[in-house]
Amino acid sequence: MIRKLSTTIALLIVVALLAACGGAAPAGADQVEVFSWWTGGGEAAGLDAMIKIFAAEYPKTEFINAAVAGGAGTNARAVLASRLQAGDPPDSWQAHAGQEIIGTYVAAGQIEPLNSLFEEEGFGKVMPATLLPLISKGDQIYSVPVNIHRANVMWTNPALLAELGVQVPTTWDEFFTACETVEAAGKICLSMGEQWTAMHLMEVVLLGELGPDAYNALWDGSGDWGSAEVTAALGTYAEVLKHVNSDAAGLTWQDASQLVANGDAAFNIMGDWCDGYFSGTAEGGNLGLVPGEGYGWAPPPGTDGTFQFLSDSFTLAKGAPHAEGALAWLKTAGSKAGQEAFNPVKGSICARTDCDATLFNAYLQTAMADWASDRVVGSLTHGVTANDTWKNEINTALGLFLTDTNRNVEAFQSALVAAAAAYPNK
Amino acid sequence: MTATPVPARAAAPRPRRYVNRDQVLAILVVMPSIVATAIFVYGFIGWTLRVSLSNWTGLMPDYSFAGLRQYLELARDARFAIDVRNTAVFTTIFLTSCLALGLFLAILLDQKLKGENFFRSVFLFPMAISFIVTGVVWRWLMNPATGTRITGINLLFQQLGLGALISRWHLTDPPWGIAFVAVPAVWQMAGFTMALYLGGLRAISEDLREAARVDGASEFQMYRYVIMPLLNPVTLSAVIILGHISLKIFDLIVAISQNNIALDVPGVYMWRATFDANNYGRGAAIGIIMLLTIAVLIVPYLVYSMRSEEQQ
Repeated sequence: MIRKLSTTIALLIVVALLAACGGAAPAGADQVEVFSWWTGGGEAAGLDAMIKIFAAEYPKTEFINAAVAGGAGTNARAVLASRLQAGDPPDSWQAHAGQEIIGTYVAAGQIEPLNSLFEEEGFGKVMPATLLPLISKGDQIYSVPVNIHRANVMWTNPALLAELGVQVPTTWDEFFTACETVEAAGKICLSMGEQWTAMHLMEVVLLGELGPDAYNALWDGSGDWGSAEVTAALGTYAEVLKHVNSDAAGLTWQDASQLVANGDAAFNIMGDWCDGYFSGTAEGGNLGLVPGEGYGWAPPPGTDGTFQFLSDSFTLAKGAPHAEGALAWLKTAGSKAGQEAFNPVKGSICARTDCDATLFNAYLQTAMADWASDRVVGSLTHGVTANDTWKNEINTALGLFLTDTNRNVEAFQSALVAAAAAYPNK
Repeated sequence: MTATPVPARAAAPRPRRYVNRDQVLAILVVMPSIVATAIFVYGFIGWTLRVSLSNWTGLMPDYSFAGLRQYLELARDARFAIDVRNTAVFTTIFLTSCLALGLFLAILLDQKLKGENFFRSVFLFPMAISFIVTGVVWRWLMNPATGTRITGINLLFQQLGLGALISRWHLTDPPWGIAFVAVPAVWQMAGFTMALYLGGLRAISEDLREAARVDGASEFQMYRYVIMPLLNPVTLSAVIILGHISLKIFDLIVAISQNNIALDVPGVYMWRATFDANNYGRGAAIGIIMLLTIAVLIVPYLVYSMRSEEQQ
């Protein structure tokens, strides 16, 4: 009986082990495993559209979609980190273009440069020249951007502005004047949400007050975080924060932009994923507004002529199990056909400047025109300008600043100086 | 096992052998969980301790020895100071409210009232919900918006003419915002504390109560001098169980605070430092500090319960 029992136990263990191993994909054959956090909504639909193009171009290569859901990518990044630490990389993975890739994966020696791919496919010629340094380390380009979002957009409620006789402000002083009128009417001047939207607002104010050159210098190590210009810009930021809704920390970015759509707030500064939320269908959980009527947009004060971008991009893993498949995938991801399939569905514009504008709505067409002509700078909140460790130190400093009822700019600035000194971009 | 007829007959001349076989079997059965615990609990505690003494920042492991640098940096870290303060406020309010409310509900239910089963279930049900769900729902209920956008509990207060009670809830200026986060936690766990106390009350013989009454004790005196001392072991268990939940709280905070540093706790900081900032050394150090804090609570309890088992 004991023997029977131990046999049973042994069998159970074997079965359990087999079940655990059963998940692994069969080796061999032409494959490519692509890792992302696009598991729902327009993102997943856009990815599917791009996979269709890939399947048509490379019918013999099997596409393995290794998407991980949850936490706006946080879960996926944790899973990816554990896979890379275990020496089991996916062939290609999604990451925000810029320092999120360079400071994390390039610094760890996990991805291959893509210069020859860019040359062969001519990607460099169809993307803005000011973009390439922001996604490179030295001369090496490390990712293929698939889409572009704009961070510096100020969304407005045209009806409310007309009713109050307020012009869209182009400087922060005009903004403060406009706020007086808006607040006198019992409305919120600038709507804001949880903490990352406060960081988003901060980077836009810094860009507007410092200008693109000084803003870029903060990140490449040549600028001084302790300078009087930064003090002044942070002072403006503190002033702007006086005009946001008091329940900001309790709201998501959708809640905040909805305040503008409903006419409770005049302005909202948020990336252009807002456009998808404003203009998307009500069945899809969006607001179903008409661009230009239900909502308006403008560059936030001081940032006209500058395009503060963020981008989802794909990489080539060092030691990729299916490097050939990965390169094929990157060709599709950077191609006109691939980007035209992906972006209208996702609600973003192409990283290429030669996409067909008629595929996009009124807002996105203006963004495309700006993308082709504006100076390009990177977004902090969305991974372009600072490595993850630095960005998180800034986030902590910002959190302490927001928590501080006295809004001590001096303490905030010295925390930012310390963060820049401790974890600079390498 | 002993009921099986065949070994029972053979057992008579050499009983010890069968005891040994039982023991072997017992060890075999327990072995997988011993091995799993050794690796996945104690092995990883050791590994976390090692990482917390390293310089590991970035994606790939870096075990270069840093001594206590991570701990010293945390000691100077303003964010960690907020975490410690928040944990202290949260734990105090959560523990005292759960114990008081749980005891109160248990005494009420112990009055042999009609429909006791119904009420017991009603108070226990919140426990069946995950902290994430509780957090999201309570974040909506505790919406601090005012004016035309007033909603949630504030709207209820306004409609009831209790405008004075309208509050900014968890967005109240620190350090009291975190105190409001304890409200949903109490809502969820008070029923569980009630169940513990109810079990304890039921175990107290009616004779003792009768004796107290015969001796002339008032109802209050009976509870104060007879029942309460007998409930001490229950209170201790409740403090241990609720205390360790409180010290490592994570999901509820994530759902309510949305990465708002005013409401940060060590569990959330550990996650952010490790997976958002790739600061593995710091994350591990926070983990070890949390482990030690909980050990301060749990170890004396384990010693106590082992001793009382021996006495029995």
